[in-house]
Amino acid sequence: MTTIEKYTDLNDELMKKNPLVQVKNLSKYFSVGKQNLKAVEGLNFDIYEGETVGLVGESGCGKSTAGRTMIRLYEPTDGAVLFQGKNIYDYSEKQMAKVRRDIQLIFQDPYASLNPRMTVEEIIGEPLTIHGVVKGKAKKKRVEELLKLVGLSPEHINRFPHEFSGGQRQRIGIARALALNPKFIVCDEPISALDVSIQAQVVNLLKKLQKELGLTYLFIAHDLSMVKYISDRILVMYLGNMMEFSDSDTLCNDPLHPYTKALLSAIPVPDPTLKRDRIVLKGEVPSPINPPSGCVFRTRCPSAMEICSSSTPKWQEQKPGHFVACHLYW
Amino acid sequence: MKSLLEVKNLRIDFKTYGGEVHAVRGVNFEVKRGETIGIVGESGCGKSVTAKAIMKLLASPPAQYKEGSITYNGIDLIEASEREMERIRGNEISMIFQDPMTSLNPTSKVGMQIMESVLKHNQMTRKKAYNLALDTLKLVGIPQPEKRMEQYPHEFSGGMRQRAMIAMALVCQPKLLIADEPTTALDVTIQAQILELMKDIQKQSETAIILITHDLGVVAEICDRVVVMYAGKVVESGTVLEIFQKPKHPYTKGLLKSVPRFDMDKSVPLAPIIGSPPDLFSPPKGCSFYPRCDYAMKICMEHDPDLEDVGDGQITACWLQHPMAKAMNVKKVINAGGGRTNDNY
Repeated sequence: MTTIEKYTDLNDELMKKNPLVQVKNLSKYFSVGKQNLKAVEGLNFDIYEGETVGLVGESGCGKSTAGRTMIRLYEPTDGAVLFQGKNIYDYSEKQMAKVRRDIQLIFQDPYASLNPRMTVEEIIGEPLTIHGVVKGKAKKKRVEELLKLVGLSPEHINRFPHEFSGGQRQRIGIARALALNPKFIVCDEPISALDVSIQAQVVNLLKKLQKELGLTYLFIAHDLSMVKYISDRILVMYLGNMMEFSDSDTLCNDPLHPYTKALLSAIPVPDPTLKRDRIVLKGEVPSPINPPSGCVFRTRCPSAMEICSSSTPKWQEQKPGHFVACHLYW
Repeated sequence: MKSLLEVKNLRIDFKTYGGEVHAVRGVNFEVKRGETIGIVGESGCGKSVTAKAIMKLLASPPAQYKEGSITYNGIDLIEASEREMERIRGNEISMIFQDPMTSLNPTSKVGMQIMESVLKHNQMTRKKAYNLALDTLKLVGIPQPEKRMEQYPHEFSGGMRQRAMIAMALVCQPKLLIADEPTTALDVTIQAQILELMKDIQKQSETAIILITHDLGVVAEICDRVVVMYAGKVVESGTVLEIFQKPKHPYTKGLLKSVPRFDMDKSVPLAPIIGSPPDLFSPPKGCSFYPRCDYAMKICMEHDPDLEDVGDGQITACWLQHPMAKAMNVKKVINAGGGRTNDNY
């Protein structure tokens, strides 16, 4: 089977499955004085069971806000997120607490996201206590089990976070997220704070866990080569808006949106013999308080046209499974 | 070509409550005029300490220069007086720091901060210094430089601040520029801009650059030669082609293999380097990479290998390069992951 056939098959397979998470027209504004900061605007996509969706974009593009709104750490300004077919924003606080067992988050900074005064047992056991799953000896056993699962020794159970390296701390964060057997995990830049050789360890672990436990990931990152490696499909965001969404190979080999193209060409490739024409974007990301009219990317777009400033490009399926919002493809 | 900077057998310790940290344990490299050297390594491997040692920016105590020399243009910087260092710093050798958000003075106008080093090092009227600063801001691609001169750092975005930092470093036309992770805090599209800028500047001014980074992609892009550091030591150095195409040290190989490549099959697991770097309070007796090395032998545990020339100026510190080790290599070819390194042994 050629690679393309393999991936078309994979796509069909995914389509047959039910979406685990459906994001419908999700928006999140923050009020800044009298104005609104449009962090996320009109997100629309599905995540199928067992897949990994990568979410990429530059800092300030709203990818973390999107992830946090999707698990209801923020209340949305507009839109809905259906988890297993039900809108999570309709749940009462009590009902939401139950749903949270299935939805977990892995944080970016392994140094700041673990309480320095708690032992590993307390950190990983906390979700078990809060949800009243197990107590006493059974809890300790479960924590030991989780430690083994993420590749740490059960002997580490009484240690404090400062006794671990960055990679090991991130493993503790992962174990904590796994404690309640979740179905869906939002990984918010889980590897950006780690060294290169350690990044690969954590990515391999995440992939292994996905296979063994049938997890579904939303993988937020700014490193496109790592995102491409771990994701089945990738969503590219810019200034709170969706730019392009497709399976990862198509997106990286045959990108449609000028922003995706620029983003791809900006990645430094560890190959000194490679000569390429780089698209260097001029200027910087505009302020989300006062985004440009029409297409938000037009101020930096090398192929901007007149129409781009007057109307917002529609989100449309250009090829099967390949969505893009750009006037070039109208 | 004569070398501009030569670092020989540099050893630096830090005295702390927990004991002595041996941060730099014998670093050797040289920088020639107009070339770009990349120093790569993971956090804690001593690359920033080496850079700061060259500028003599390490507070002493806790830092102690134990051994070795840093020779710039015939002057030994370790022995140099503070007065002489003041003349060199900013004028002959200047530095760009990692975090543009915290390295600028928030209470002083950007223009003034750039003029400061000109006025310090040159007998010059303020008017002339102002014009020079303005020209430098133009050079680093800051739009509306007249207006920007009068602004404070908080009015600049991250990329613009880094440009302002570069302008500050370049305004006295130094012969050597040390850039300590200049793009790590920036987004990829802004990183691309800054890298292009550094390439342009080097073409125009023939400034030698020491680029400290952990991003192998950045190294491949702009460096002529690469120095790979691990646990306070240089483990390998060579031209950028040598390091990427025929790395000799297992650590260099491991680093290259642990980054995912664009053309890589997703079903193949990445090849991380197992374990984590050693504790520099008490570094291992033999080769410091030995506990994580796929090819470790008995001798690696006992004796630390010296840097050996392996041809054309590529040097590496590894017992595998010893003639006695050749027979063993053939058996242990490990080609996990999608690394595209040529394992030609």
